[in-house]
Amino acid sequence: MMHLKETELCLGLPGGGCEADTALKFTGKRGYSQTVDLMLNLQTNDQSSSTDLNDNKLQNSTKNNKDPIKPPAKAQVVGWPPVRNYRKNVMAQKSNNEETEKVVAATAGGGSAAAFVKVSMDGAPYLRKVDLKLYESYQQLSDALAKMFSSFTMGDYGSQGMIDFMNESKLMDLLNSSEYVPSYEDKDGDWMLVGDVPWQMFVESCKRLRIMKGSDAIGLAPRAMAKCKNRC
Amino acid sequence: MSEDVGTSTCKPKTSVTGEYSVTNPDQVLENVLENVLIFLTSRRDRNAVSLVSKSWHRAEAHTRSDLFIGNCYSVAPIRVTGRFKRIRSVWLKGKPRFADFSLMPADWGAHFTPWAHAMAGAYRALEKICLKRMTVTNDDLGIIARSFLNFKEIVLVCCDGFGARGIGVIASECRNLRVLELNEDEVLDEEFDWISCFPMEGTSNLESLCFDCVESSVNFDALERLVARSPLLKKLRLNRHVSIGQLYRLALRAPQLTDLGTGSFSLPEVIGQQQDENLELDYGHAFAACRSIICLSGFRDLAPEYLPAIYPVCANLTSLNLSYANIDAQQLKAVIRHCHKLRVFWTLDSICDEGLQAVADTCKDLRELRVFPIDASENAEGPVSEVGLLAISLGCRKLESILYFCQQMTNAAVIAMSKNCPDLVVFRLCIIGRYRPDRFTGEPMDEGFGAIVKNCKKLTRLAVSGLLTDRAFSYIGQYGNLVRTLSVAFAADGDTGLKYVLEGCTNLQKLEIRDSPFGDSGLLSGLHHFYNMRFVWLSSCRVTKQGCLEVARRLPKLVVEVFRRDEEEGGERGDFVNTLYMYRSLDGPRADAPQFVKIL
Repeated sequence: MMHLKETELCLGLPGGGCEADTALKFTGKRGYSQTVDLMLNLQTNDQSSSTDLNDNKLQNSTKNNKDPIKPPAKAQVVGWPPVRNYRKNVMAQKSNNEETEKVVAATAGGGSAAAFVKVSMDGAPYLRKVDLKLYESYQQLSDALAKMFSSFTMGDYGSQGMIDFMNESKLMDLLNSSEYVPSYEDKDGDWMLVGDVPWQMFVESCKRLRIMKGSDAIGLAPRAMAKCKNRC
Repeated sequence: MSEDVGTSTCKPKTSVTGEYSVTNPDQVLENVLENVLIFLTSRRDRNAVSLVSKSWHRAEAHTRSDLFIGNCYSVAPIRVTGRFKRIRSVWLKGKPRFADFSLMPADWGAHFTPWAHAMAGAYRALEKICLKRMTVTNDDLGIIARSFLNFKEIVLVCCDGFGARGIGVIASECRNLRVLELNEDEVLDEEFDWISCFPMEGTSNLESLCFDCVESSVNFDALERLVARSPLLKKLRLNRHVSIGQLYRLALRAPQLTDLGTGSFSLPEVIGQQQDENLELDYGHAFAACRSIICLSGFRDLAPEYLPAIYPVCANLTSLNLSYANIDAQQLKAVIRHCHKLRVFWTLDSICDEGLQAVADTCKDLRELRVFPIDASENAEGPVSEVGLLAISLGCRKLESILYFCQQMTNAAVIAMSKNCPDLVVFRLCIIGRYRPDRFTGEPMDEGFGAIVKNCKKLTRLAVSGLLTDRAFSYIGQYGNLVRTLSVAFAADGDTGLKYVLEGCTNLQKLEIRDSPFGDSGLLSGLHHFYNMRFVWLSSCRVTKQGCLEVARRLPKLVVEVFRRDEEEGGERGDFVNTLYMYRSLDGPRADAPQFVKIL
């Protein structure tokens, strides 16, 4: 437990609640500087600093010349509202986790931060999440997804590990089968077949993965081929 | 006169010849009494019995098996073990409630150690220990584990000072352990696999295992094996490191559960934690198999898409705690419309007034409602308001206990609740915006709280907030004669408010006040009553050291503690005392007071 040295300033009538101590600002949102702290914490993998954020840390002290009738503007008062510290810590930790997820999603593909994306499979009752940064090729991703969704196979990716988009007939064979193919939502919001771009580009642009039946993915193919042709 | 042998009442003054003479008639009486008193369980009744005569006092002391001590400093351990010889269960409470809100310095006290030592020597047959807001060390837990051969139950609520090692000792040494419940404790983060300390062979007697407040992850394999070997396990509350997949496996092993804390209720975030995860997991199926679940809690990191899994058990639920799940009205509605039997409901205010309306529509049997805030800052608008309160009052007529956090409130809604819910025993309304008046009329909240004390004839616990004048306290003093616990913050005009309360509330036991302009004159108006109370807490009020000294002088058996929250010595800010905490003690001031606490 941390002990605080509070700056108690008492201008005006004492005893009327003119304390203006600040404690952990208990809101769901964090200021930018705190977000930066979170990012740094992730990179250094420092467990203790994330706990620090949960402690009642004195962020700044505010002076308050308070009339007992009017409440001070937005000053945080210790122990108010009367929510138990235990509960406050749990909620702060939850908002930490949510912020962390937002931060990592925002930095996916940049720097050394992780790149979590949600993976859904048609027919499966739940979602998974994968960190694309853990893999270096489509084959590795395919293996991992296969383990996760064990009845799923990604088909033959060929020697380069990419769907051979240039070979229309091969592609159509794959898409006509009842096998599952992975699709993803890219930065533009379009749904594409996985494998149409080089791996690194894929990691940077992939926002979400969806594993669908080959027959359902047919609609994606022409677009995918068109985009691929434009890129190549 | 003839004597009925069966009753064996003795009349020592009789001189009829032929009657057996009894050398110690009192002894016979006591034996009889003891046989009767065994059946007396209510501690209030027992306290009354013990006051009849010395003989009755002794008989009662011999037969009391459940000990309740509401303030651990009100009596020394040795006095307790001296009087009661045959205790089987102990319920001990330490710090006052405001300690939960960081208003008390960390090392203030409430140490369990002296009690552990005293009881270890005196109560060999002790089976059950419940502690609330006490500091318990790993060594203390070790003493418990080794001293009481028949130890069965330990319940720790809002305690601190111990860690996984201490829990491990209890798990490994207490062979008859049935109940291990850790409830909102601050458990030290020791890297220690306490779950594996339970004996791993043979059937376990475990009936209840609650570790939702333990922050470190547990050895899941050991946990699963333990659950599989515990056919009597009824209550299981997991911590947030248990994923939904793991919960699924546990639920399948323990379909006899009645009380389940679900842990995170989501997936672990990184693959690799569960390589063998079965694709076809049907969580609803697992819940459907647990036909006996009536109490559900947890949902620490709820992924809302999994909420439908609990539908199969909703119809039987009497208690549902979603207060760590940030869900909106729509998500709640889908769940709550099945919960017709619900009696206890805890939630976050993210469900909004609309969610509360849904509760009111379905949960006609609701007795207890708690609405906690997601955002604790003082905003102008909040997700719940007088609209939600009114809806609840109209739908849940049997309501007995409510805790409601909101930003704004109206007198009209509170008055309506006082009339619609006459069975209210506990009314705690926390208007987060300090000094907020009635949102529509701009008037103080006096009339609302006044109606509550006037109309709710069973009310024993009250917490007030918002803009209040002395008028509110005059109502409380006038009508609140059953009130035993009163919590006040940022209220009132002056001393008269405190006077009204201390003079009017004859059953007042616990008084906790912060940041209100009550001074010495108000304080001194309670001299006639302080000995009957468990404690009085006044912080950031206008009580002076002189006033406290006066109280201490006039009431020598009262322990009057004065201190500052930030542990500096002195206890005074300007002329006013920062925190005053006082209570009656049979054994004088405590020996373990830290330096920053002054006892007057």
